[in-house]
Amino acid sequence: MKTEARPSVGAALERVEGVEKVTGRARYAYENFPDELAYAVPVQATVARGTVLAADVDAVVRLPGVIAAVWHGNAPRLAPADNAELAVLQSDRVSYRGQYVAVVVAETLQCAREAARLLRIDYDAEPHDVELRADHPEMYRPDRVNAGYPADTELGDPDAALAAAPVLVDATYRTPAEHNNPMEPHATVAVWSGDGLTLHDSTQGVSALRETIAPLFGMPPENVRVISPHVGGGFGSKGAALPPVVLAALAAKHAGRPVKLAVTRQQMFAVTGYRTPTIQRVRLGADTGGRLTAIVHEAFEQSSRLREFAEQTTTPTRVMYAAPDRRTAHRLVRLDVPTPAWMRAPGEAPGMFALESAMDELAVACGIDPVELRIRNEPAAEPESGLPFSSRNLVACLREGARRFGWAGRDPTPAARTRGRMLVGTGVAASTYPVYRRPSRASARCDPDDRFTVRIAAADIGTGARTILTQVAADALRVTPDRVRVEVGDTALPAASLAGGSAGTASWGTAVVRACEALLEELDRRGGDVPAEGLEATADTAEEVGEQPEYARHAFGAQFAEVGVDLDTGEARVLRLLGVFAAGRIVNPVTARSQFVGGMTMGMSMALLEESVMDHEFGDYLNHDLAQYHVPTAMDLPDVQAYWIEEDDPHLNPLGAKGIGEIGIVGTAAAVANAVHHATGVRVRDLPIRLDKLVR
Amino acid sequence: MNGETDITGADGVPDPVTADLRLSVNGVPRPVTVDTRETLLDTLREHLGLTGAKKGCDHGQCGACTVLVDGRRALSCLTLTVTADDVEIVTVEGLADGDALHPLQAAFIENDALQCGYCTPGQLCSAAGALAEAADGWPSAVTPDLSAPPRLDETEIRERMSGNLCRCGAYPGIVAAVGQVAR
Repeated sequence: MKTEARPSVGAALERVEGVEKVTGRARYAYENFPDELAYAVPVQATVARGTVLAADVDAVVRLPGVIAAVWHGNAPRLAPADNAELAVLQSDRVSYRGQYVAVVVAETLQCAREAARLLRIDYDAEPHDVELRADHPEMYRPDRVNAGYPADTELGDPDAALAAAPVLVDATYRTPAEHNNPMEPHATVAVWSGDGLTLHDSTQGVSALRETIAPLFGMPPENVRVISPHVGGGFGSKGAALPPVVLAALAAKHAGRPVKLAVTRQQMFAVTGYRTPTIQRVRLGADTGGRLTAIVHEAFEQSSRLREFAEQTTTPTRVMYAAPDRRTAHRLVRLDVPTPAWMRAPGEAPGMFALESAMDELAVACGIDPVELRIRNEPAAEPESGLPFSSRNLVACLREGARRFGWAGRDPTPAARTRGRMLVGTGVAASTYPVYRRPSRASARCDPDDRFTVRIAAADIGTGARTILTQVAADALRVTPDRVRVEVGDTALPAASLAGGSAGTASWGTAVVRACEALLEELDRRGGDVPAEGLEATADTAEEVGEQPEYARHAFGAQFAEVGVDLDTGEARVLRLLGVFAAGRIVNPVTARSQFVGGMTMGMSMALLEESVMDHEFGDYLNHDLAQYHVPTAMDLPDVQAYWIEEDDPHLNPLGAKGIGEIGIVGTAAAVANAVHHATGVRVRDLPIRLDKLVR
Repeated sequence: MNGETDITGADGVPDPVTADLRLSVNGVPRPVTVDTRETLLDTLREHLGLTGAKKGCDHGQCGACTVLVDGRRALSCLTLTVTADDVEIVTVEGLADGDALHPLQAAFIENDALQCGYCTPGQLCSAAGALAEAADGWPSAVTPDLSAPPRLDETEIRERMSGNLCRCGAYPGIVAAVGQVAR
């Protein structure tokens, strides 16, 4: 067989499922139609705290077309869950407004909706507390924050260093609750057969979902199959199992019929996670030359009564800049609110808004160019751990970005430039995101027709994973990518880590490379002879990933923004956004650019548009649809450009790749806010930058 | 009820009222019996197996359900199916000519104008509608000269496509793809 081909990694291979997606043939979770299918429509709590006294399910099951109505009084029992959010319909407690308290199953979607609307539920409501305050008496220090980081860190004596610092920045920044809002609402088709459960689910990780769902229903994992070939975006919200998938499985079990359940856009604001609001105090001490002597970054956040989710908001501050005396801290309060969860770059996105805004304030205070200020505080090793960086090219990104953006000669004077009816200004901020890698398995197969199939239970949620794994496999097999087919999104495939933490390429790529290497070895042993039944090899990277030497592994970037602020209305618009990233080796320039640009677009949106407003009276997020929760349209960002600096980093993985899915959203909001300050002289420290914050 | 059919079921809630329709979708007659409460989007997806049109919000806020009705863009989630029995409906499945992709479909792939793909069918139908509207001389909110035929420059395309949300942020590719076909 022929095993020579030009390298595919680095080439602009078109998205391999492109034709399926543009023709409408790509099948998403809800688009499955098992026999005897019924429709499930959930009912949400209308109180933020209390108990469910009664649900008139008997009346509802008499309605036309209704098959079953389920509440905690008649729901199948689930095994106890570590995550109380998944104990769906298992108790009478209501822990947040919008929590699922019942579900109706009917022959048609219309009948199910009507019955769900008519289902009468009586509550004993209790007073609720839904307001995040830094001085909340129930604030506590969590044991750890998300991704396993310590809640607090301290080096030296930051208080003394701050007191002695010639220049001090002490500012409090706020970011609002934000909802992921992937275009495809979370959806499940649940089919029981005997002891087995098949879930067509919109998920970022079929293997992880199976491991969570199976024990809830008292089954071994192999009795559950999760199928998810196409996922309409996730941005973190489809990473972990959520109430809707449990409810779908439970409704199907109770009704004795396959059911499909789609979360409505409105319900997504309560039951599918969101980014916690944050209150962050940043204190920077520096000498008059802008060299940092102390950094203190403290974050105050919320979680629900059901589950502790503590976002790792100050962790990027542990990585970014040199300073001998430093402290980071996280405090959390449990409120009667929906459970926050992962949203693109949890930790880094809100944390770097605060840190990079404070750095801009320091640049102004010291009279130093903000690009230069960052370069002056570049550390030789990771500031807190002292570990060497596997590679760090923040300075190169800043310099390359400044050159491409036309930063040189910028007059730092605020509110000094107009263009037509606008005040205009420019701003810069840094980006960073950790490099994670998780154990995965994969198989590689060769058939007698010299075609290869690579199987891995990875997820392509729009990242291009299927495409880049095709390229990775082609190179490892030394063939052209058209001879390789990659299958993902099914627990029938070798188990893999979920699409999260920007770790897909590193984690799955390693497993795919090792499986392909094993297959080539086997082929070599057989003198290149492929048996009639084909030849298959597998790999498991648990050992390799567990043994990687200690380095500080992070991607870095620099983002530059130009904004215009309407002189009359105060409306801020981003005119231009330019990012330069250093994220190891870029596997596919086309899908990578889309990832960077997509992240930056969401970062611009974080800066100017996104805000979930808590209704203190009723205790839920008020603006719970896309007419009121604004995400960008094609009109909102006329010019966005992403570039990268190729890194040759031998300490990462066989691909030399860092993750790129999240870094694009990190720092963007600070770059925009810093540009707004440059344009107007107004420092907006609480996102989003609405016009009422600029009209004085 | 005065000789009319009694439509009242248990507890005073009426049984679903259905209607027999003969839809025309992608040039094919599609007889179908629908609940009169049913939207065209649900009929396409749940009864006709045409799952290309997507449900992103069900409230006409995202554009993912966009189809062409008599050649014009329509939000199928805001269209009751019973109102669509005498029109020509085209969904994303009807854009290609057999295996030959519609120029917009090819341009979307070429410009990487999609990531997760969920908004893509709506974007494509919307783009096809926008090109037709411009060809018919319809101005938009950003058309500088209302008396001249509109020229589909980048700003015009952005404005005309602004009813279709893409959370992945594939807008640069979408605008480039539509522009490529418009030229």
